[in-house]
Amino acid sequence: MNQFNVKAFGITKDILGAREKTIDVNGQTVAALRDTLMAQYPELTGLRSLLIAVNDTYADDSIILTERDEIALIPPVSGG
Amino acid sequence: MIKITEKPIDVQKVIDTASSLGAGAVNVFIGTVRNNAHGKNVLWLEYESHETMAVSEIRKIIDEASHRWPLLGWAVSHRIGTLKPGETAVAVAVSTPHRSDSFDACQFIIDSVKEKAPIWKKEVFEDGEEWISARPAMAMNV
Repeated sequence: MNQFNVKAFGITKDILGAREKTIDVNGQTVAALRDTLMAQYPELTGLRSLLIAVNDTYADDSIILTERDEIALIPPVSGG
Repeated sequence: MIKITEKPIDVQKVIDTASSLGAGAVNVFIGTVRNNAHGKNVLWLEYESHETMAVSEIRKIIDEASHRWPLLGWAVSHRIGTLKPGETAVAVAVSTPHRSDSFDACQFIIDSVKEKAPIWKKEVFEDGEEWISARPAMAMNV
């Protein structure tokens, strides 16, 4: 089991109920983290998309996470 | 200059930063807060960003624009926090030798910022609030 600190933005902050949460994940990849989050917070599955950024860059599902990474949930963006 | 700021955007400063003596054109886009959405009055918008990542994504967009057009100067400033109708949410300015490139580059930059920069807005109405584009049903109305 791995523990990752996740920062939540926009609607994901409302769904997680916090700006930052520690998530226990049975796995190390971005995909495993997303699956865990969607199981814990089913409302996330209703979003148009849910990308994950690692160290300020959009991350592919296969990226391996470490506990030192800065991980952010990126729901559909709406700037401008 | 790339700026994510809680303070009102100084559009003249954005223009001055992008200007260049070698340019024959300065093109500016100013995005403002609309007072209505989905037939309802908007009281205000709440903007937030993943600031370090937003700066990094906008820098990538500028890099790509610089490869595609002869940019002599550029500046992007995006406001976050609480904005009322009529206020400036974003300003983009570019300068190029000739006007056609300045229109194309400015449009490319603002379109890309809207598509890629991790910035979010929530519309606040008299009877509720909504994060824009977050859910599929919402996307059809935007």
